[in-house]
Amino acid sequence: MAKGPNKEELSKLDYTLPSTEWMDTPVEFKPGTFCWGAKGKNLQTVEFPNARDWTPVEDDWKLPQEWEGTVLEAMADRLSKYRSFKLFMDICVRCGACADKCHFYIGSGDPKNMPVLRAELMRSVYRKYFTTPGKILGRLAGARELNVDVLKEWWYYFFQCTECRRCSVFCPYGIDQAEITMMGREFLNLLGLNTDWISGPVANCYMKGNHLGLEPHAIMNSIEGMIDDIETITGIRINPSFNRKGAEILFVTPSGDLFADPGTFTAMGYMMLFHELGLDYTWSTYASEGGNFGFFTSNEMAKRLNAKIYAEAKRLGVKYIIGGECGHMWRVLTQYMDTWNGPADFLEVPVSPITGTRFENSKSIKMIHVAEFTADLIKHGKLKLDPSRNDNLKLTYHDSCNVARGMGMMEEPRYIIKNVCNNFYEMPEDTIREKTFCCGSGTGLNASENMELRMRGGLPRANAVKYVHEKHGVNMLANICAIDRATLKASMEYWVPQVSVTGLHELVANALIMTGEKERETNLRGEPLPGKEGN
Amino acid sequence: MRVLFPFFTVIVLVLLAFAGVKMANLHFLFGVIIPYAAITVFIAGFIYRVVGWGRSPVPFRIPTTCGQMESFPWIKQNKLENPSTTLGVIGRMLLEVLFFRSLFRNIKTEFREGPKFSYGSDKWLWMAGLAFHWSFLIILIRHLRFFFLKVPYLIHVTESLDSFLQIGAPLFYITDALILGAVTFLVLRRFLIPQVKYISLAADYFPLFLILTIAATGVLMRYFSKVHIVGVKELAMGLVSFSPAVPEGIGVLFYIHLFLVCVLFAYFPFSKLMHMGGVFLSPTRNLANNNRAVRHINPWNYPVHVHTYEEYEDDFREKMKKAGLPVEKE
Repeated sequence: MAKGPNKEELSKLDYTLPSTEWMDTPVEFKPGTFCWGAKGKNLQTVEFPNARDWTPVEDDWKLPQEWEGTVLEAMADRLSKYRSFKLFMDICVRCGACADKCHFYIGSGDPKNMPVLRAELMRSVYRKYFTTPGKILGRLAGARELNVDVLKEWWYYFFQCTECRRCSVFCPYGIDQAEITMMGREFLNLLGLNTDWISGPVANCYMKGNHLGLEPHAIMNSIEGMIDDIETITGIRINPSFNRKGAEILFVTPSGDLFADPGTFTAMGYMMLFHELGLDYTWSTYASEGGNFGFFTSNEMAKRLNAKIYAEAKRLGVKYIIGGECGHMWRVLTQYMDTWNGPADFLEVPVSPITGTRFENSKSIKMIHVAEFTADLIKHGKLKLDPSRNDNLKLTYHDSCNVARGMGMMEEPRYIIKNVCNNFYEMPEDTIREKTFCCGSGTGLNASENMELRMRGGLPRANAVKYVHEKHGVNMLANICAIDRATLKASMEYWVPQVSVTGLHELVANALIMTGEKERETNLRGEPLPGKEGN
Repeated sequence: MRVLFPFFTVIVLVLLAFAGVKMANLHFLFGVIIPYAAITVFIAGFIYRVVGWGRSPVPFRIPTTCGQMESFPWIKQNKLENPSTTLGVIGRMLLEVLFFRSLFRNIKTEFREGPKFSYGSDKWLWMAGLAFHWSFLIILIRHLRFFFLKVPYLIHVTESLDSFLQIGAPLFYITDALILGAVTFLVLRRFLIPQVKYISLAADYFPLFLILTIAATGVLMRYFSKVHIVGVKELAMGLVSFSPAVPEGIGVLFYIHLFLVCVLFAYFPFSKLMHMGGVFLSPTRNLANNNRAVRHINPWNYPVHVHTYEEYEDDFREKMKKAGLPVEKE
């Protein structure tokens, strides 16, 4: 990363506050800390307003006429639709418990990255137009008018929040900055103010079924390539199906798993496991995205993208759905999908065809996480595993924010890890499970032009990895999130280059003894297995 | 401005009560009319605010899960931090409301050269918050003795527990010291912690100054500058029985105390103090994490424009056929 941000500079953190009050401190668009503006054509694809090309650093953002009215009307509307939003505008006491919990504040020292202050960016406007004290007392009541500078500040800071919800764990009233960021982004999108890195994938996903814009044959090609690799490594040729009607299970995973390593190794892992089980499943090229960048855009856009999963399950006539390893995908599936696009009464309560386990906890959404599925297999002794094949690894595990705080799946992945890997070390307890740190690049911030922001935001997580690296010699960071697999890789290369990144099912597949496999010489990465280095 | 304005507001309020009672002899105004008005504003305002929140639906079930979800029988669920049942939610809320569970989690992030971070337990805010809120509640319960002809047993018990140290005459109440100490701590941290100072508004200092003055005048009356306590009881009984009468010679300190309490009550519904009502309604805490098992209904869920499979196939039919994918229409 020769051209990346200066590491020495990023390591010097300064928490000194500006001498001016925050309302008098204008937003400064520092290079490397924000993404490019959305392109007109991508907004047009999804019928979004004010579709045009624009540049954040230019003075003129080409805002529509009467944009203030648009925002305030939308604000009134959302206040009447979301109790969370209304309540979180009203009840914060500014105790500051959330301040040093945000990875962006910890890594940047910018006070507007304290969740409380990021929320005040919005609350100040709310007070001015929706509360009596704010209308009368103005600034004394913490109120301020909505103008272009405020709007730009919103844009800058609501795209410096990854909706990871760590702050909401510590808030005595459960105030969740993610809710406020979501509203902020929703308002910004009414003015055509998305980022390119989000609106591009959204348009892709809408038209082509996945964020990367992989067309049907490209998806198949990508998977073909993986199948070849699997055959080379195991001697087994597996034969997955696509868009197959009558399959028992539809499998949906983030498209990132089909695109670049280490995600591709995770995808190989799923396929090897399913092949070994003889699972009757199909991929879909139409519902070829588990993730949902619409969720980082607006509620409506998220619902529009998510609709494909149930629609495809219905068209193909499957019984239920298994979802791959992804973070925000699982918050969306857990807390939103059924409400938006359910009831999925055309599906059946998931039952593992191998163990007979009925997933009562998913009886309404009819979709289970592949880690639950695998943990259940291992518990029932249905997999032949050789964890020593992962003996070259000293592993630690990163809880994905959304899986931890928007779902609560914490033990299943750990159970799997302990069965497929002999050397597992936890990071410090204040940095895992519900207190886990974001990778620093969630909610569509995983672009390349904002690398400084990403590295800053990723520092707390990287620091905890570094701790176990130094203490236990940890050399591999496992996770169950496609964005993590891409972004933690970059953050490890930057902060802790001795540590690589892996998905959970890559580890499973490495340890999995498959029926009829040849003696394996290498792991999925083509590296020699422990004990085979000399060959 | 953010500190001075609320500070002087409280001073003006004190002077107002002093002048009104001592100089203008407006005993009836300060002893009867304002208290009635304040309690009316408090009750009506509180209901108005809570109903206002209640009118906005909860479109999505969005608990912040802080522990292991309900899973297989062989994986232990954290039923309080990630409840899947109403009972669990009640437990979680009780912990939150009575013991400030989330604040108890508080940790302090420390930065060292390296860069290196360390995280240490930081319970000071939790302790001060708990001490303040519980003291306030107990003091409130103690004050109810003024409104009963025969003081109920529960209040007696509260009083004797609060004064179990058995120091001084009149007996010293622990909560008096606790509330003064805790509020002072809460004020000081707003002055001394740069980040907290930076985010603090006038609306954060005002209630602290107000409550500090209320507590101080109360302590003054009880231990140092006695007021005519029988008169106070008479006034309170008159108020509560809706036959208000203002006894002579209660003492101006009492009226200042009472006036500030009235201001606090009237101010309450329009301020951040409504977190008292709001904490019960917080959707990240008061909902069960059972989304996957029980469908949550959004009352305003509306149909959206989607890109259907048919449209998708129209876009890619030839490519799909060439790749050997099944299609609906040849």
